Amino acid sequence: MSLVSYEEALASYDPVMGLEVHVELGTKTKMFCGCSTELGAEPNSQTCPTCLGLPGSLPVVNAVGVESAIRIGLALNCEIAEWCRFARKNYFYPDMPKNFQTSQYDEPIAFNGYLDVQLEDGEVFRVEIERAHMEEDTGKSTHIGGATGRIHGAEYSLLDYNRAGIPLIEIVTKPIEGAGHRAPEVAKAYVAELRELIKALGVSEARMDKGQMRCDVNLSLRPNGTEKFGTRSETKNVNSLRSVERAARFEIMRHATVLTDGGTIIQETRHFHEEDGSTTSGRIKDNAEDYRYFPEPDLVPVAPAREWVEELRAGLPELPRVRRARLQAEWGLNDQDMQSVLNAGAVESISETIAAGAPADQARKWWMGELARRANETGTELSEQPITPAQVARVCALVAEGKLNDKLARQVIEGVLAGEGEPDQVVEKRGLAVVSDDSALGAAVDQAIADNPDVAAKIRDGKVQAVGALVGAVMKATRGQADAAKVKDLILEKLA
Amino acid sequence: MTDLIKYTAAETASAIAKGEVSAVEVAQAHLDRINAVDKKVNAFLHVDSEGALAAARKVDDKRAKGEQLSPLAGVPLALKDVFTTKGIPTTCGSKMLEGWIPPYDATLTRRLKDADVVILGKTNMDEFAMGSSTENSAYGPTGNPWDLTRIPGGSGGGSAAALAAFEAPLAIGTDTGGSIRQPGAVTGTVGVKPTYGSVSRYGLVAFSSSLDQGGPCARTVLDAALLHEAIAGHDPLDSTSIDAPVPAVVEAAKMRDIRGMRIGIVKEFAGEGYQAGVMQRFNESVELLRELGAEVVEVSCPSFTLALPAYYLIAPSECSSNLARFDAMRYGLRVGDDGTRSAEQVTALTREAGFGDEVKRRIILGTYALSSGYYDAYYGSAQKVRTLISRDFDAAFAGVDVLISPTTPTTAFPIGERADDPMAMYLADLCTIPSNLAGNAAMSLPCGLAPEDNLPVGLQIIAPAMADDRLYRVGGAVEAALNDKWGHTLLEEAPAL
Amino acid sequence: MPGITREEVAHLARLSRLELQAEELDHFAEQLDVIIGAVARVSEVAGQDVPPTSHPLPLSNVMRADEVRQSLTPEQALSGAPASEDQRFRVPQILGED
Ligand SMILES: [Mg+2]
Ligand SMILES: [Zn+2]
Repeated sequence: MSLVSYEEALASYDPVMGLEVHVELGTKTKMFCGCSTELGAEPNSQTCPTCLGLPGSLPVVNAVGVESAIRIGLALNCEIAEWCRFARKNYFYPDMPKNFQTSQYDEPIAFNGYLDVQLEDGEVFRVEIERAHMEEDTGKSTHIGGATGRIHGAEYSLLDYNRAGIPLIEIVTKPIEGAGHRAPEVAKAYVAELRELIKALGVSEARMDKGQMRCDVNLSLRPNGTEKFGTRSETKNVNSLRSVERAARFEIMRHATVLTDGGTIIQETRHFHEEDGSTTSGRIKDNAEDYRYFPEPDLVPVAPAREWVEELRAGLPELPRVRRARLQAEWGLNDQDMQSVLNAGAVESISETIAAGAPADQARKWWMGELARRANETGTELSEQPITPAQVARVCALVAEGKLNDKLARQVIEGVLAGEGEPDQVVEKRGLAVVSDDSALGAAVDQAIADNPDVAAKIRDGKVQAVGALVGAVMKATRGQADAAKVKDLILEKLA
Repeated sequence: MTDLIKYTAAETASAIAKGEVSAVEVAQAHLDRINAVDKKVNAFLHVDSEGALAAARKVDDKRAKGEQLSPLAGVPLALKDVFTTKGIPTTCGSKMLEGWIPPYDATLTRRLKDADVVILGKTNMDEFAMGSSTENSAYGPTGNPWDLTRIPGGSGGGSAAALAAFEAPLAIGTDTGGSIRQPGAVTGTVGVKPTYGSVSRYGLVAFSSSLDQGGPCARTVLDAALLHEAIAGHDPLDSTSIDAPVPAVVEAAKMRDIRGMRIGIVKEFAGEGYQAGVMQRFNESVELLRELGAEVVEVSCPSFTLALPAYYLIAPSECSSNLARFDAMRYGLRVGDDGTRSAEQVTALTREAGFGDEVKRRIILGTYALSSGYYDAYYGSAQKVRTLISRDFDAAFAGVDVLISPTTPTTAFPIGERADDPMAMYLADLCTIPSNLAGNAAMSLPCGLAPEDNLPVGLQIIAPAMADDRLYRVGGAVEAALNDKWGHTLLEEAPAL
Repeated sequence: MPGITREEVAHLARLSRLELQAEELDHFAEQLDVIIGAVARVSEVAGQDVPPTSHPLPLSNVMRADEVRQSLTPEQALSGAPASEDQRFRVPQILGED
């Protein structure tokens, strides 16, 4: 099936989006039991009667889970419920030990908020938040037989419940209208901003590649100029920022193709495929689906005291947007430069490098230059380069101390990236230090003067600009490991 | 010492503490009794002779070393098979859990072990505690020791029968709609449903979470009080556990003085459907209470007539969700896994094969009551009825200290009589259900035999939440007065097995 | 209140994963119809301005500190499993979502 183009789709239709983001909290223990949430443990080693749903077991709420939910709610400008409950969402699925998910239904802990997100051209778009509620994660299944790891055609499955019961906060937007052709960009920017916010709050590392943050993209189209929402599709578990944008874009084109053809969209879940950016049909949501929600009788209501909520509000960290404005001022960047730093995802790396002692312009220079180029080439995130802000800061310090020049510094960075160790070790192993030993340098300068008597004569005559030739000769003799400025000073001194 | 099995728990503990008898002798006497009579009674699903004797030896060792013994050290107990026991099978009377050996102890089990109570084994029950006759056990019905062709009540029929058959002086039950009190009433024993939240539910396999409550079963009010103190108290593993001191129930059981207490008769619990002999004994109890110096008045609780319908919406709703975990994936029965069927099919086949009729009926009823479109009319309304019932109790307790009623409208009925008539079966819990819906405390104790069938009649006493001591104060006084009047305890009239 | 039909019972049985036999369906439909007829009386209070009580206790804010407690060993966790493999629960093929 060939899809209508994105431009064609937008010429006739107006997209409406809803984004549901699940964030796995970084608490030490699960939401309703004391099992560890540490990643990478051997299968079923972090389970207990409660998170295995054994007969007789009971849940007890993790206080830090509630606190994190409230802080997320506050950071999203939500109201915090004075009184709310957990509910059981009943449906059978083997990765869910009790065959109900302990979640929240009509009484979420946080509701009615918004998040302002900045688009690439600097425009600010407000995404309204419907609710943020607490729930628990499911176990993990591995499908054996059939196509590798896919559920279809598998002969059987193996279940590990270490993840079952890890606290989740589900954040649901109100329908996002009015984004027009920028809908995919808004989706990406929203998830990116939300991720920054979650990280700033310190409630989760929010690594999408590790499944700590997952996004469902709900999308529908309506003919331009109409009000009523179309039928939506729900693309599940999209797990990178880029994929969020691609999924939204693909669904806009797919819906438009179906609608233009005179077809109807069916309400269904869809799966996103990284390889080609397409989505395929999952489960059809018919009316048989009935979760039979009711208040969880094994838990008592959560009624956060107003003083506690205010205390948490007062303790919120500087929020990412405010912080970005402050950093822009501190780093002395214009809007355009700041935007390119943001687009490159370099804010954290640069500010951590500065915090480690590097001057702002130097930190920005490395991350936006050398390292951004490399990230681009390898298609990886800037923050995932095998070099730490502290290491970049150390290179800057070596330059400032005159131990490295620019060219050598570049080689040190290369060495660190190549896994040769700390900057100082690279300097040592590669023998990259600037020749700063005055007698050695003096000898090289003397040699250069002796080798080029005519040039030396010109300088003595006051034609100072001729010094470049002698500096070049010295640098060549020291294989670039001298501080050019210092060499120049020495030559002029000797020929004065 | 053959009459070791006739000792009360208090007498047993005292004899062991004084060294008049060893805990091992006591345990062995009860194991022998179980061996002798349980083929007829079928009170036990699992007898843990080894564990019981080991626990008894531990008590004897402690005593030999001069260590302080807890008040129930060495006293044998029959544990309802709905509490998990680490390393000991726990079936809940269901095929679904046949052979399941829990990897953990319920908090109540832990507390009993910590108190050096000797757990003899696990007792029979209606499957997952759903029933009023113990006929719904997958392992066959339990007989009532007063007449083995009759039901011992339910769901805790095994625990009550074990007491009445002198297989154990103490037992544990759970009471969701009357499952401790109704078996107590029809077997001539004492059963207490403590205030909701006072005995931990951690490790109690849930039927209806907002109603279930574990509690003591015994042959005397004082024994029940001693067991009550051993099992009650705050548990951080149960979010609905009350974090407050347990009322002084043992002290109350010993008072035997109810002068000046105000007692209310629940007017609604009489009339059509109430057996004449039951009402006769109940009315005599009212007279006795007056003789003992209490002021008895009539009280009306009009919403109680809606209690049974509300219960049969709330309990099935919660059970439909609680029992969803029995899906053949992680533990218990698995049926039909032939390599071609899906998990979904295997789950459905297993649940079909593993659950009995009453459990299936309630799961379907609960699924119905919770489904969208019906929720407000059924589940939602039932929760409103719950509020009205609590208000009735509040109004009543504003004027009286405790309420009384017959525990059940009739004495034990014949096994099989109501087996396929759910509505008739449900009536057995008519008088006990309001306290589960409101969460307050209630007791049943024997008040005589109905003249027409010579079967035990239970007197129900109801107290406000956290006033469990009032049950024991009234119960202790009534029991002492009746034993004086009869010249013996009621169970001494039971036929030999 | 309307009664309950055999089709409804069949649908509820599917929702609750019970593979009921045909005779069971008939029998349950009949019994449930009677039971529902009897319990439907609660809806007399449906419209009344009465707050629902979902729990007998007036407790709130029962929480635990975020401290790790001893888990079961994998052997204990898997001890009741009808089938296991590679320290995981082995279950029949799962249909539906990825
Ligand atoms: Mg959710
Ligand atoms: Zn756990």
